[in-house]
Amino acid sequence: MFLAHVNSLQASIFSSLAVLSLLLTFVMLGSHWLRNYVYAFAAQSWLIAALSASVGYFAGYPELYVIAVLTALFRGLVLPYLLMRIIARLNVKRELHALLQPSSSLVLGALLVMFAFVIANHMNWQPLLSAHVVVLALTIMLSMKFLGFLMLTVRDEAVSQILGLLVLENGIFLGSQILVPGMPLLIEIVILFDLLIVVACFGMLVRFLVVHAGTTSSRQLNRLVG
Amino acid sequence: MTKDLLIILFAAPLAGVALSLAVRSSRLSEYATVIAAIIDLAVSIPLLGRVVNGPVVLAHSYLQVDLLGAWVIVCISIVYTLSSVYAVGYMRLLNEEDRLPLFYGLFSGFAFTMLAACIVNNVGVFWIAIELTTLISTFLVGFEREAESTEAAWKYIVVVSGGISLALLGTILFYWGGSFILGPSYAMTWAALHRSAPSVYPPLLLVSFLLVLVGYGTKAGLAPMHTWLPDAHSESPAPVSAMLSGALLNASMLGIARFLAVVRGTSIDRFAHSAVVGFGIFSFVIAALFIVRQTGIKRLMAYSSVEHIGVQALGLGFGGVLGVAGALYHMLNHSLNKSLMFFGAGNAMRAYGTKEISGIRGVLKTFPVSGTLWLLGAVGIAGAPPFALFLSEFTILRAGIGGRYRWAAVLFVVFLIVVFIGFLAHFRAMFFDEAPEQPAPRVLGTVWRTLPMWLAFLPLLVLGLWWPHAIWDVLTKISYNVLGGAQ
Repeated sequence: MFLAHVNSLQASIFSSLAVLSLLLTFVMLGSHWLRNYVYAFAAQSWLIAALSASVGYFAGYPELYVIAVLTALFRGLVLPYLLMRIIARLNVKRELHALLQPSSSLVLGALLVMFAFVIANHMNWQPLLSAHVVVLALTIMLSMKFLGFLMLTVRDEAVSQILGLLVLENGIFLGSQILVPGMPLLIEIVILFDLLIVVACFGMLVRFLVVHAGTTSSRQLNRLVG
Repeated sequence: MTKDLLIILFAAPLAGVALSLAVRSSRLSEYATVIAAIIDLAVSIPLLGRVVNGPVVLAHSYLQVDLLGAWVIVCISIVYTLSSVYAVGYMRLLNEEDRLPLFYGLFSGFAFTMLAACIVNNVGVFWIAIELTTLISTFLVGFEREAESTEAAWKYIVVVSGGISLALLGTILFYWGGSFILGPSYAMTWAALHRSAPSVYPPLLLVSFLLVLVGYGTKAGLAPMHTWLPDAHSESPAPVSAMLSGALLNASMLGIARFLAVVRGTSIDRFAHSAVVGFGIFSFVIAALFIVRQTGIKRLMAYSSVEHIGVQALGLGFGGVLGVAGALYHMLNHSLNKSLMFFGAGNAMRAYGTKEISGIRGVLKTFPVSGTLWLLGAVGIAGAPPFALFLSEFTILRAGIGGRYRWAAVLFVVFLIVVFIGFLAHFRAMFFDEAPEQPAPRVLGTVWRTLPMWLAFLPLLVLGLWWPHAIWDVLTKISYNVLGGAQ
């Protein structure tokens, strides 16, 4: 376990990259403009790529450089590009009927982060410096889960929902870089490709939604109940 | 030898996909799918026999065929066969001749991913296989391209992708916990997770297990994560509904069973079983209440799936030989019975041109043969003897009454009665109520749509009267080997 021997420089690098990613999630949460979501998501992916690279460097896992490059390429460039295409095609610029105002969703998000911290703190048993990094990684992993689900709940544009799902995935990916850098390379690469297929499928479905259901807002997808 | 069987098992649906998409002939893709499915069924049973004496590990331990996986493969192959035969008759009614090759390509691809999920030995790859089943089946759900089916497909992919991402998080936490015992890099096999689980810090293990349970529970349709299920099952074409309900839910239950096996013997074992029982009984109760007040015919079947997945969860949660064997027997029986029910519902929907129960009257006059089969199937799925679901539910009940969860067993019985009355009341109305003035039904049964109903019904009756010793043997072996047996 390299985290057991982490020094303070490494700890602060990992922590700041992780915290910055969390902050970018709040940027998404606090904005109603779809473009901003995509930019924040792209920036977050680049941060995660930087995190992979730095973990690879300090912990001595050269294969993480591959992951870093692929993350930057796929999550940082290809996915945002695909999302921008969807947005351009849909001609929706902003979330119109969000259930919560940005301010209240920010407050709710902050509460969720606290809740995530409480859970993360319970899951830790290691002492000292490594514990800081571990608890932080767990907190951010869980809070990005919660924030992703919050976005899925309060936003109703199809693109926002795709982004909510991507935030869920980013949280896992971020945490796994710190906690389990030794995870087999194959799995990580397959998960990256999987994400690409997911977004492609979503793109096709969004087109179907426009053509066959006449709306991309989940608020109006209310034919099936009971 | 096992290797050859496996190659055939996976080559057949792949060939189906390739033929359908390459040749683009509707007739050819129909028959290719049926033949592929029959080959799979013919291979799956000897495969089960091959692994009775222990699992077979292949491909640098990335693949492992064990008894539990082989059992689920048999269940999936049965549904694949029945619904591909039914699809030939049903899909021709949709007037989508040009898109049929695409349909069959996706259909076989869907079967392929589900079968793959049963044999992967790597927990991460298992997750990916389950995720792929979602992506492929989304397009099958939305195949009819109406407003409702597109909406259902969208809800399906959003809810299930969100849920399944929790399972990924849980998987990674499991791996992290194991890395303290097995070193930072190890193969993420089921066995490795099980080896390390007893030494993992218990709160961490607990959170990981709950995440995985909720994740795969979403895919399996356990309440309260079942919200996508009634939409997706009711809006997809009938053969796809049967596949979703009879096969896909099994593949997801396999995930839950495997993780129960991972945490067996650890300090959270007892809690894990309680959590599964809790989700099971909650699904059962929710489904029972929705069944009583249901108005759509396929939504009725969909809620019945939630109910039966709840029963399987109860069996796994009660544990012990009776509980686990009962749950797995229930899996087989439910696969047969639910296919029968969806086929009947598909016939009725097409004939009367409505999805509403209130629009379907006088079924026996329209469908003397397949209508009778459908009615008998309804009696069976409500849990009445002499059909197979009665036997498996009774076994699960025995496991519950004798164990720690007597309260759950009592609730189970009470709501079983509610389901029985509620479900059969709808069928009484459809079969025996006075038919209002209505135009003569447009579609009548054909061999393609009646034959699979017979093929589902006969084994259901036989398995209800006689629990073959060979099957009992396999199921007890699974509960001893995989799930730790008696508690």
